[in-house]
Amino acid sequence: MTTATNEKVLEVNNLKTYFYTQEGEVKAVDGLSYYINKGESVGLVGESACGKSVSALSILRLIPYPPGIIVGGEIIFQGEDLLKSTEAEMRHIRGNRIAMIFQEPTTSLNPVLTVKRQVSEALELHRSMDKDASLEETIRLLKLVGIPDAERRAGDYPFQFSGGMQQRIMIAMALSCDPALLIADEPTTSVDVTVQAQLLEILADLRERLGTAVIIITHNLGVVARYVDRVNVMYAGRLVETAPTDELYGDPKHPYTVGLLASVPRLDSERKETLRVIQGLPPNLARLPGGCSFHPRCDYAMPQCREEMPELEKVGENHFRACFLDVKKLKKE
Amino acid sequence: MKNDHLIEVDNLIMWFPVTAGVLQKRVADVKAVDGISFFIKSGETLGLVGESGCGKTTTGRCILQLYEGMKGSILFEGIDLTQLKREQMRRMRRNMQLIFQDPYASLDPRMTAGDIIGEPLKVHNLAKGKEYKDQVAELFRMVELEPYMADRYPHEFSGGQRQRIGIARALAVRPKFIVCDEPVSALDVSIQAQIITLLERLRGELNLTYLFIAHDLSVVRNISDRVAVMYLGKLAEVTSSDELYRNPLHPYTIALLSAVPIPDPVIDRTRERILLTGDVPSPMFPPSGCNFHPRCHMAIEQCSVEQPELRLVGEEHWVACHRV
Repeated sequence: MTTATNEKVLEVNNLKTYFYTQEGEVKAVDGLSYYINKGESVGLVGESACGKSVSALSILRLIPYPPGIIVGGEIIFQGEDLLKSTEAEMRHIRGNRIAMIFQEPTTSLNPVLTVKRQVSEALELHRSMDKDASLEETIRLLKLVGIPDAERRAGDYPFQFSGGMQQRIMIAMALSCDPALLIADEPTTSVDVTVQAQLLEILADLRERLGTAVIIITHNLGVVARYVDRVNVMYAGRLVETAPTDELYGDPKHPYTVGLLASVPRLDSERKETLRVIQGLPPNLARLPGGCSFHPRCDYAMPQCREEMPELEKVGENHFRACFLDVKKLKKE
Repeated sequence: MKNDHLIEVDNLIMWFPVTAGVLQKRVADVKAVDGISFFIKSGETLGLVGESGCGKTTTGRCILQLYEGMKGSILFEGIDLTQLKREQMRRMRRNMQLIFQDPYASLDPRMTAGDIIGEPLKVHNLAKGKEYKDQVAELFRMVELEPYMADRYPHEFSGGQRQRIGIARALAVRPKFIVCDEPVSALDVSIQAQIITLLERLRGELNLTYLFIAHDLSVVRNISDRVAVMYLGKLAEVTSSDELYRNPLHPYTIALLSAVPIPDPVIDRTRERILLTGDVPSPMFPPSGCNFHPRCHMAIEQCSVEQPELRLVGEEHWVACHRV
C-alpha cells in the first residue's frame, strides 16, 4: 500500500556536483533531474561512483569544499531553492525538515555522548523542547523504533548497542522532528539480512504513519523491489532510467538496467543459472568517454552514442530513459 | 570415509579465549565454532551461509589449519590434517587454497601482480626460469587478464581485477580445493556476476572443489550444489541448494530466506515474510539448549533445555531442530 500523493516535496533539476582533484575534474553528478512527492518512496539505484551518495549530500549542502562544488542546477524543496539558501537556513533544515541516515551507524553516532543526549539534541534545537519534554519524547521515539527497555537504555552509549540497534537509533533521530523528507544512504549495507528486514519494515511502517517522503539510496536491487514506489537508475552521475517499481522490473527500457537486472543472482532462479555479464569496468569519473557514458559497455552502442549524450525522454506512463536505441530493438533477458 | 568425500569435518570446535586484566586472565571464550560435522564431495561447491558471527569464516580457516587450538578432525582425502607434522602439512597446502573477501587488503601493495601470482610457484618450488614465466602468463589468461599486466601494482587495478589476481594466485599451485571466503561481497553488482561466472567456469575446467562462504543467499543459491546454514557456531540445516530453497525446514533458514528480497516486485509481494525479533546473541554467551530458541517462533520448552542434534530427515537433508 502506498502513501504517495501528487504533491512535490523535492525537485532536483540538472544538478551538477564536481570535485577538483589531482586527477582532474571529477563529474560526480552531471545533470541529475528527478522529483519526489509527499508520502512517496523513491529508490536511487546504481553501483559505486554513480553519484547517488554525492547527490544526496548535495541536497543537504554537505559537499566538502574543497574539493567539491555544486556547479549548477536547482534543488527545490517545498518551493525554495536550497542552492540559494544561506548556511543558517540550511542548519534549520538539516535534521529538521530534511533528515538523513547513513550507512555506518558506528561512525555516524557520537561515541562519547549518550543516546538520550543525541536524540534529544534535535528536539531541543528544532522543536524548542525543554529537558523534561525532550527526554519524554526521546523515550517515546526509541520505543517506536523498537529499542527494548528504552527508559533504561536511553542513558547508554552507542557502543553498548548492536549495529542493528544503532541504526534504529539513527532512524529515531532522523524522524524526531517529523521531517518532510528522509534520505537513507545505504541504510542496510553494513547489517545482516535479517536485521535489514527489520529496519526496512520499521521505515516502511513509520512512512505509512507519518507520510514522510523517503529516498533510499542503495545498490541492492532486491531492497528496492520490495520497499519503493519508484526507481531512479543512475550511471556515471546521471539518471539513465526512471519508472514506477513494477514497471522498471517488468519492462526495463535502458540497456544498463536490463543488464543489471539480468546480472543479479536471484533466490528464486534455477541453480547454476548463467548470469548475464555486463562486460567492461565501471566508469572512471575523471576520464569519462565522450557521448553516452555507458557506451563502452553497451551491446547496442551505435556511432551516435559515442558523440552525443542522450537526454531523458518519455517511454511510458511515468517512465523515462536516456538512450538513443529504438526501444523495440532492446532484447529482454 | 566414502569415496567421493574430499573433505570430512568431524565435531569441529574452535573457541577463542577472551582475556582481561593485567595478567591476561582468560575470562570467557568466543565460541566461534561449537561442534560441527559435515562433508564436502569432490567436485562440488558447498555453500556455507550465515550472518555475521555465525562462525563460517572461522570454519573455512580451520579446515585450512590456519588456527591453533582447534578441536575435532579434518579429513582431506582420508588423511587427518590435525595429526600431520608441520612439514607434512606444508606440503598438503598445495592441495588447498584460499580466496579472500577484500580485494584491497589481500594483495601486498608492494608486489607486482606477476610476483603475487607467481609467489606460490616459488614457495613450493614448482617452476623456474622460462617455465615460471610461462605458467604465470597462463594464470593471467585463465582469469581473463592480460599477461602484460604482470608488472603493474595492485593499486593500478580495479576491485574486480584484483579479485581475479587473488583467484590466479590461488590457482598457481593447481589445488584440488579452494575456500572462497566472501569472494564477491566487496564488488559491484555487475562485477559480481563476472567473478561468479569465472569461478564456475574454472571449477568445471580444473575439476575444483569449493567451499563458498557468503552471507548473500542469492549468490550462494546460484553457485552452490549444496548449502550448509550456520547460526551462532552450529549447523542449522544442510541440504541441496534446490531443496533448501523449495523446502527449508529449520525455522532460522525459513526466516533467513524470507528476509532476502527478490529483485522482482510482483513475485516478492507473494512471499510470506517472517520477521525475527531481537538481535543475534553474542557467541560468548550462547543461549542454553538450542542456540536459536530465544528468537524462534516455533520454540517449545524442550528447546531451551536440550541442544538438537543435526540429523538426517530426508534425502541428503539434515536439520538440527526438535520441531522437525
